[in-house]
Amino acid sequence: MRDVAVVGVGMTEFGELWSESLRTIWTKAATAALADAGLDSVDLITVGCMSPGLFVGQEHLASLLADELGMAGVAATRVESACASGGLAVRAGFAEIAAGLADTVLVTGVEKMTDVDGADATYALGSAADQEWEGFHGITFPGLYAMLARAHMARYGTTREQMAAVAVKNHANGLLNPHAQYHLKVTAKDVLESTLVADPLRLLDCSPVTDGAAAVVLTTVERARELAAGRPVVTITGSGLATDTITLANREELSELRAVRLAAERAYRMAGRRPEQLHVVEVHDCFTIAEIMATEAIGLFDPGFGGSAAADGLTALGGKIPVNTSGGLKSKGHPVGATGVAQVVELVNQLRGEAGQRQVEGAAIGLAQNMGGSGGSSVVHILEVVR
Amino acid sequence: MISPARSWREFPQRYRLEAAKCAGCGKVLYPPRVKCPACAGTAFETIVLPREGKVVTFTVVRVPPAGFTEQSPLPIALVELADGVRVMVQIGDVADPAELEIGMPVRLEFRRISWDGEAGLIFYGHKAVIAR
Repeated sequence: MRDVAVVGVGMTEFGELWSESLRTIWTKAATAALADAGLDSVDLITVGCMSPGLFVGQEHLASLLADELGMAGVAATRVESACASGGLAVRAGFAEIAAGLADTVLVTGVEKMTDVDGADATYALGSAADQEWEGFHGITFPGLYAMLARAHMARYGTTREQMAAVAVKNHANGLLNPHAQYHLKVTAKDVLESTLVADPLRLLDCSPVTDGAAAVVLTTVERARELAAGRPVVTITGSGLATDTITLANREELSELRAVRLAAERAYRMAGRRPEQLHVVEVHDCFTIAEIMATEAIGLFDPGFGGSAAADGLTALGGKIPVNTSGGLKSKGHPVGATGVAQVVELVNQLRGEAGQRQVEGAAIGLAQNMGGSGGSSVVHILEVVR
Repeated sequence: MISPARSWREFPQRYRLEAAKCAGCGKVLYPPRVKCPACAGTAFETIVLPREGKVVTFTVVRVPPAGFTEQSPLPIALVELADGVRVMVQIGDVADPAELEIGMPVRLEFRRISWDGEAGLIFYGHKAVIAR
């Protein structure tokens, strides 16, 4: 396998972008990443997008977007794994370069979610659950994670206050990220008194509906050294992908995210790294309980200790292992297909030392964990600065 | 949203709680599958699930998806039936969501689940009710 590097990153502001369409936000992020890389063409474009069909009525997306970028003729493909589509797009690009099928790949993620109303957006997101045996009964994603939260609380004593601490931390980080959807300080009291969405989860436990796009340019490490222009070269040293049963009914253990654990184990093995070697981490906090469970599944904390770790400040900026310095899905926003790519954008900014006010000093090894549905799939990447 | 053909082919499971018992290893599959995930067997006997069970975990959906907006709040549980099979179902007849708890005994009853507007299909299936 060839070593793979990230040579360019770009993303749009995340938010309710009423004046923008899927193709305009995608093109802006793609153009920014190509400019950052110093390239004007690539061998392949990968597009992570969960449901352009349900959100904007458009399929055949990769060809459409390649043309929009003025690159009709280029190889292009869309990949999908629900909210892990972005992470999967990164992995697809990584694999092509590692295998020698392509020398440069523009990896993108996008979702335009505000062209439908709330009930239709909830329905579209719900299509990542088992439609025949879960969706039929009216369950929603907040509902599925609420069931996982209640199981985690029952097994480990995880508390409402610990979940609130995740939202407080991620909103504090989001204040420092100019691309974040919310620049809003949130207190534990705000979280605990916000509207119930699916008991025990409240509005401020949930990531929002967001429009946004993110892009990274991948190439070989040799080419990356030529393009670096004095900046640190960032490589992808580990990539792991795993699945679990989509239906909660078929899961033996509800208080563990098995796909996340398996994907992380595979990424650590490829990179030759251990959790305690990480300096900065982005996890898929679609709900506060998801961050708690994800930090356990990737091995930062023992099972049952993710909640207390958040409440004790271990995952805050300046803590033992900063998690979601970008603000996470919670504060930065969650345009589902873009999220996994935006996580890699944040890690590259951190590893290059270009993360501004939220910079983790000396960050050299980072991990991004992206997740589909209620943990039915997960993608984990480990990124490192080349010494 | 759900076509007549799709609704019709799920009647045995939704209306009569029919499951498949693997002839090879005895694992009960609900819904039935083509291939047993435990032993890869492909021969099955049709059985009917027991109606009694207990709540494994639950929530109360306050912001339902399209098709369920008239039914808010919507209590939904993962129920483990007496034979160990787990099903996700609504909990019906809940006067106060605060009375719901993990481990609570429930019984499955045939109910209307949702309906597709005023002229569309009506979808029936089973809901859990608290066993008193």
